[in-house]
Amino acid sequence: MTTMATPTQPAPTKTAPAPVYNPKSESGTAKRIKSTIFHIVALALVAMVLYPALWMIASSFKPNSEIGGANTSLWSNNFSFDNFATAMEGIGGVSTLTFFTNSLILAVGAVVGTVLSASISAYAFARINFPGRGLFFGMMIATLLLPFHVVIIPQYIVFQQLGLVDTYIPLLIGKFLAADAFFVFLMVQFMRGLPAELDEAARIDGAGHVRIFGSIMLPLMKPALISTSIFSFIWSWNDFLGPLLYLNTPEKYPLPLALRLFVDQTQSSDYGAMIAMSVLALLPVLVFFLVFQRYIVEGVSTQGLKG
Amino acid sequence: MTQSPTLSRRSASAPAQPRKSRRRGADARAGYTFLLPWLLGFIALTVGPMISSLYLSFTNYNLFDAPKWIGFDNYVSLFQDERFLQSVGVTMQYVVFGTPLKLAAALAIAMLLNSKRKGQGFYRSAFYAPSLIGASVSIAIVWKAMFGDSGPVDQGLSFFGINLGGWVGNPNMTMGMMILLTVWQFGAPMVIFLAGLKQIPADLYEAASMDGAGPVRKFMNITWPMLSPVIFFNLLMETIHAFQIFASAYIISNGEGGPAGSTLFYTLYLYLRGFSDFRMGYASAMAWLLVIVVGIITLIFFKTSKSWVHYSGDSK
Repeated sequence: MTTMATPTQPAPTKTAPAPVYNPKSESGTAKRIKSTIFHIVALALVAMVLYPALWMIASSFKPNSEIGGANTSLWSNNFSFDNFATAMEGIGGVSTLTFFTNSLILAVGAVVGTVLSASISAYAFARINFPGRGLFFGMMIATLLLPFHVVIIPQYIVFQQLGLVDTYIPLLIGKFLAADAFFVFLMVQFMRGLPAELDEAARIDGAGHVRIFGSIMLPLMKPALISTSIFSFIWSWNDFLGPLLYLNTPEKYPLPLALRLFVDQTQSSDYGAMIAMSVLALLPVLVFFLVFQRYIVEGVSTQGLKG
Repeated sequence: MTQSPTLSRRSASAPAQPRKSRRRGADARAGYTFLLPWLLGFIALTVGPMISSLYLSFTNYNLFDAPKWIGFDNYVSLFQDERFLQSVGVTMQYVVFGTPLKLAAALAIAMLLNSKRKGQGFYRSAFYAPSLIGASVSIAIVWKAMFGDSGPVDQGLSFFGINLGGWVGNPNMTMGMMILLTVWQFGAPMVIFLAGLKQIPADLYEAASMDGAGPVRKFMNITWPMLSPVIFFNLLMETIHAFQIFASAYIISNGEGGPAGSTLFYTLYLYLRGFSDFRMGYASAMAWLLVIVVGIITLIFFKTSKSWVHYSGDSK
């Protein structure tokens, strides 16, 4: 690296060294212009990136005749809730409310299972010394990189022989067994950041691992638990392959599978309703995002770096 | 990836020997008890199935009849199967073009946003949003509608005098549309890049400015090397994920991989073979080939990383 003239000084972040002869006001205007350009460019990019989402929402309120064809506009004079009314009717005698309930059951089950199993297992990796820990930790990391397609066929065969196809058990059992190594890893990283003196002190007071975990670690791990809950909810909500493999009766379908059925049956005859149902299916995710933005984005940026 | 932790390893200044070993025994028991959920899952849902699918890949198992050992037949016929070769081609195209484009977009926008200006949080969230919904069935449906014949994308392009005649139905255009779908989800790697950029000390850039370095030289000599561990992480994870794209391809092609096989992604073909034709031995061979290929790529990434990934002196 280049040698530096300045010693370890707190980096002067705000005021750039203004050229001597420039009056202060001028550099201020220059700064303002630069900042305006930045915002114009950034906003233009945001508009471009969000256009598909906005198009989806706008289309869900438009009559069919205005969705296809020469209609790039997001606005219409004929906005209505008709598409949503059709979408809520559901498919093949099953109400869309049922699909929502199914998605919710699966997602809540996934959150409960993942939070429990991942935090318990992570405690072992992060806080207990036992022979084989390093080896198992390495294997856990390796499963992060493993294409899961290599396990779905035997899993399916076993569940089929146990008569569990077309139940939620194959979709949930992995959550209760910390199969999403990503979350275990996230929690291990988080727990390692907590001071070791905490459990030392608790041990001196005679606390065992169960108490250290339950009354010291868990409360302190709230941010990691929240990130895990949010992500496991959203992943379960959006999951398509799992339900596609295991569920056969429409009464048990979660939304993504119901959407596929809807697409198959209407096949672009009712575009508006199809898109309205897509919006409904994403609604909880969007609400989650608006409410928990901070946690979600922060979670991604810290978890990513720890890799 | 890092090895076992050092933080909680406190080799106690040992009071009495027997007490220490008793504690160690208790720790071992407690360790495996707490590890149980993961360990059970690891054995029952990962290791066991991996071994079975390796075995199945050498059989003609079809879910209804007992598996019969056929040696390497599945692997041999894979390479004579035109649809399989096509799925490899489609997936490679997607990985080789989609991933670098996505990461380039992520890095460019992260650098644009890396300042102390107002509105950072808003921009970051707005750009991140597609990553959260991009792989869903809903977005696949929307994408299909937007890129349909005379859909809004076509209309928008024809405004500039570009007439492509639809994307969804045109085998030459579907890949472009799938790549755009993945590039659209640049937000997740962008957020990670942004966090990495913030770690680069500002005085490095100031010193470079004093030495008269322009933006290109600053990028090549400061940003790139300082960010290289993050670039490596993103590149590895995004590449591995790209191999596994499924839901979007399934929805956009009605589960068929069309038109003309142009969206027959590897995992889609695997699904069709395994769960539509019930040729589970064949599909298992495909799955294992995927594992081997991803493993080799990961290995190559790690080997070559020594020459371009720089970890700062105090490895953290």
